[in-house]
Amino acid sequence: MIDKIAPSIADALHGVEDGSTVLIGGFGTAGIPNELIDGLIAQGARDLTVVNNNAGNGDTGLAALLKTGRVRKIICSFPRQADSFVFDELFRSGKIELELVPQGNLAERLRAAGAGVGAFFTPTGFGTELAKNSDGSPKETRVINGKSYVLEYPIHGDIALIKAEAGDRWGNLVYRKAARNFGPVMATAARRTIATVHDIVELGSFDPEAVVTPGIHVTKLVKIGRVATQAGGFKQAA
Amino acid sequence: MSQYQKRSKDQLAQRVAQDIFDGAYVNLGIGMPTTVANHIPAGMEVVLHSENGILGMGAAPPVGEEDYDLINAGKQPVTLLPGGVYFHHADSFAMMRGGHLDICVLGAFQVSASGDLANWSTGEVGSIPAVGGAMDLAIGAKQTWVMMDLLSKKGESKVVQSCTYPLTGIACVKRIYSDLATLECTPSGLKLIDMVDGLEHAELERLVGLPIQA
Repeated sequence: MIDKIAPSIADALHGVEDGSTVLIGGFGTAGIPNELIDGLIAQGARDLTVVNNNAGNGDTGLAALLKTGRVRKIICSFPRQADSFVFDELFRSGKIELELVPQGNLAERLRAAGAGVGAFFTPTGFGTELAKNSDGSPKETRVINGKSYVLEYPIHGDIALIKAEAGDRWGNLVYRKAARNFGPVMATAARRTIATVHDIVELGSFDPEAVVTPGIHVTKLVKIGRVATQAGGFKQAA
Repeated sequence: MSQYQKRSKDQLAQRVAQDIFDGAYVNLGIGMPTTVANHIPAGMEVVLHSENGILGMGAAPPVGEEDYDLINAGKQPVTLLPGGVYFHHADSFAMMRGGHLDICVLGAFQVSASGDLANWSTGEVGSIPAVGGAMDLAIGAKQTWVMMDLLSKKGESKVVQSCTYPLTGIACVKRIYSDLATLECTPSGLKLIDMVDGLEHAELERLVGLPIQA
């Protein structure tokens, strides 16, 4: 009998180790698993590397995690937003390391991790500052059929925290609108994936043609109450 | 002395929209290029792509009906047209990188005559860098167009021989739509597509500081 439904956030997050790489779904505030992030703050793991498209909005969710000082490094594509003041302060005071990755390379490096690909050549970023390693040395490049590419390596997570809409006890998931974003690819890229869902459905009630994340990629799911996603990341019109 | 009037932001968006074709798959980036959507002629079907996993993106919802699980690349609320679909980030950027989008319209700090693009960083010391999908978009679409004012606030040409700001992509811009002229970037330099009424070719070349083939 497979039952991946965890009774609580705390139970699902049990045993996250210090030094873990944590993949956190979401784009802006859509698809951010805030309840799991709050659970991770309560769980207390330190010295974390966080992978997310952004670097937190306002002072809740990911921003609150950053504020605890337990995140050593963030890997993201767009840290600077209208309401990213928590990250901005940490970055300016040298308290957090930033690895800036073009968004498509971020998604593909996660995909590569999940798909068992050792590395891949991508045209994105060729000839730019982001085709350099953190020590300033150039990344490996290659010309293939007359086109120039940069070699990029996978990003493996120790744990992925994602937000889905509904799931079943096998861990099959569907998402809601553009809150899907990084969820499915992060689910494949971590050794352990925890998803929140607003609904748990009976096994067999999902249309098998419409399941987005097959349960093999999900370790635990936790049902949470529905809270409307808040705006975040952009400047409100004056 | 030639007498001419710059294209307004609306006229510029309209000029870009004029070159988008029926059935095109288009990404309008963030900021100013998104206004092009307001000028796509009625009766024409253009499918808008948003990097965060949307094809068939529609206009902003009425006030009070915002759903922040349905946002554009700029994180602003949008709607989905009938036929529109959602997909995950790796698929969305594969769509871009794989050359499946017909047109992408981006803003820019600088564009070189041969089509190098600088639009993600001014390289200012101490500023927080952010790239988002700019580099993927620049090199991915079948055609990358830039939409911008020709001159900076200081009056310097943003079309240059060689970009001084950090590059987003190399030789990736095909056309520049600006408030004064529409230009094509080619390996042999700039070519004129059109310019505003009353602007003389010599004056345009003087403003840009580069030769422009008629």
